[in-house]
Amino acid sequence: MLNLDATSDRLLEEVADLHKVPVGAFNIRANGKAVARNSTANIDITPKENGSGIDIRIKPGTKNESVHIPVVMTASGIKEIVYNDFYIGEDCDVVIVAGCGIDNCGPKDSEHDGIHRFFVGKGARVKYVEKHYGSGDGSGKRILNPGTEVYMEEDSYMEMEMTQIKGVDDTVRDTKAELGKGARLVVHERLMTHGSQNAVSNYRVDLNGENCSADVVSRSVAKDDSYQKFDAVLTGNAACSGHTECDAIIMDNGRILAVPGLEANNVDAALVHEAAIGKIAGEQLIKLMTLGLTEAEAEEQIINGFLK
Amino acid sequence: MLELQHVSFEVNEEGQDKEILHDINLTIPDGNLTVITGPNGGGKSTMAKIIAGIITPTSGKILFNGEDITEMSITDRARTGIGFAFQQPVRFKGLQVFDLIRLATGTKLSSVDACKYLSEVGLCARDYINREVNASLSGGELKRIEIATVLAKGSQLSVFDEPEAGIDLWSFSNLIKVFEGMRKNIKDSSILIISHQERILNIADEIVVLSDGKLVEHGRKEDVLPKLAGTMSAVKRCGKEEILEGGAESC
Repeated sequence: MLNLDATSDRLLEEVADLHKVPVGAFNIRANGKAVARNSTANIDITPKENGSGIDIRIKPGTKNESVHIPVVMTASGIKEIVYNDFYIGEDCDVVIVAGCGIDNCGPKDSEHDGIHRFFVGKGARVKYVEKHYGSGDGSGKRILNPGTEVYMEEDSYMEMEMTQIKGVDDTVRDTKAELGKGARLVVHERLMTHGSQNAVSNYRVDLNGENCSADVVSRSVAKDDSYQKFDAVLTGNAACSGHTECDAIIMDNGRILAVPGLEANNVDAALVHEAAIGKIAGEQLIKLMTLGLTEAEAEEQIINGFLK
Repeated sequence: MLELQHVSFEVNEEGQDKEILHDINLTIPDGNLTVITGPNGGGKSTMAKIIAGIITPTSGKILFNGEDITEMSITDRARTGIGFAFQQPVRFKGLQVFDLIRLATGTKLSSVDACKYLSEVGLCARDYINREVNASLSGGELKRIEIATVLAKGSQLSVFDEPEAGIDLWSFSNLIKVFEGMRKNIKDSSILIISHQERILNIADEIVVLSDGKLVEHGRKEDVLPKLAGTMSAVKRCGKEEILEGGAESC
């Protein structure tokens, strides 16, 4: 076992569905220090020489293996920037589970800025799952600013599921991707903000190779007095296809700004952007009420389904 | 048993009051399948929504099993025993067919049990159970899922607002079978269908005719249907079976 406190165990469960030490390669970071690490025959995790993060090297041809790199913070007032680089060899098929949970019961702000770079080899397939979660009733803020860079070689495939459902006060998420020939990037972002939280999500995707494609889809809910900005720019520099979608529900005094950005620099680039923002449709509430749910229960079911 | 007593409903359009329903008095007894028909714009759907609690009448009373439910919320009416199938089913992003059926039953349903309700409305359950109830489903599919939610809810009074609208011919024949099945197991419950389809009128115990917001006819099917034949209140639908039986010209 990891001998972490109960709060850390709970956070690990929230962000990485971990109840115990994970199978396969992992690196668990708690309150600014690595508390557990395991490499496998095919996946090597090593700390960077300057101590700023870790390198994860996955041997070519590695299939059906996973890497867990969750981060938990339970002490108030920690601020850290961590650089993690993933080198995914050719023809791999792997799952990478990241995620960060902050519990801040103190008066000082806690901040974790995880900067992840992915170098995805030719023909490799990667599923990346990242969950952000905050808890604790201290006056200190819980701040997460993830930076993600993805470099995709020929015919590689990367699917990213990024979820932030609760408790994070301030987030600026910057995601950049460069796609080579035949590469495909699929992003599903799920976001819910409440209280007076702020969340900004910026995407810059360069479609550089012939027949590459990207699909960036965000579903979000802004409650109370929270604010969100979704700013996704796709640049088509070759014969490629790209699609971005922002689908958002606003409640109470929630505010959302969706900024579409498409740049086609090649006559065979096909780029689409969709955005829809609005409150829950009254008829959806009425339908669930005719099944016996109260208005509040109906609202909860609709939001849960929307963010599933 | 449902009773409408002197129910009227008015709306204000461009500064003028318009009466949609005028002094409706109607009793829907238990153990009966009642069909409300009549020309378009006659107030049928408004009446269905008044029964479900989606619209509150301007005047009059609604009693359900003797209890005054005129001011009761949609939720409380549903819990008291009124089910309602929308004429135009609602789409949800994210909610799956299984979620809707589970919510309708109000229990922790297994997917096997949920599938039974889909099979009843002629959908191959395993293809649909995990589908989102969104625009990827066709109008006919949504309609059948809508009906399945009302079956799953199992109300003492189930109200269907034009169940045939948007449904293809093949599904229509199956729809009739669904209602025949419900009629067979009706016991102490009752079914109220808004429709002008002759085949649906044919399976009714009682028929109510609404026109211009007024109740103009109410009686046993045997007495009312002959008067309606060939009018807009009893339209024939050209299904495969009619064509096989009498040739296309009979439709």
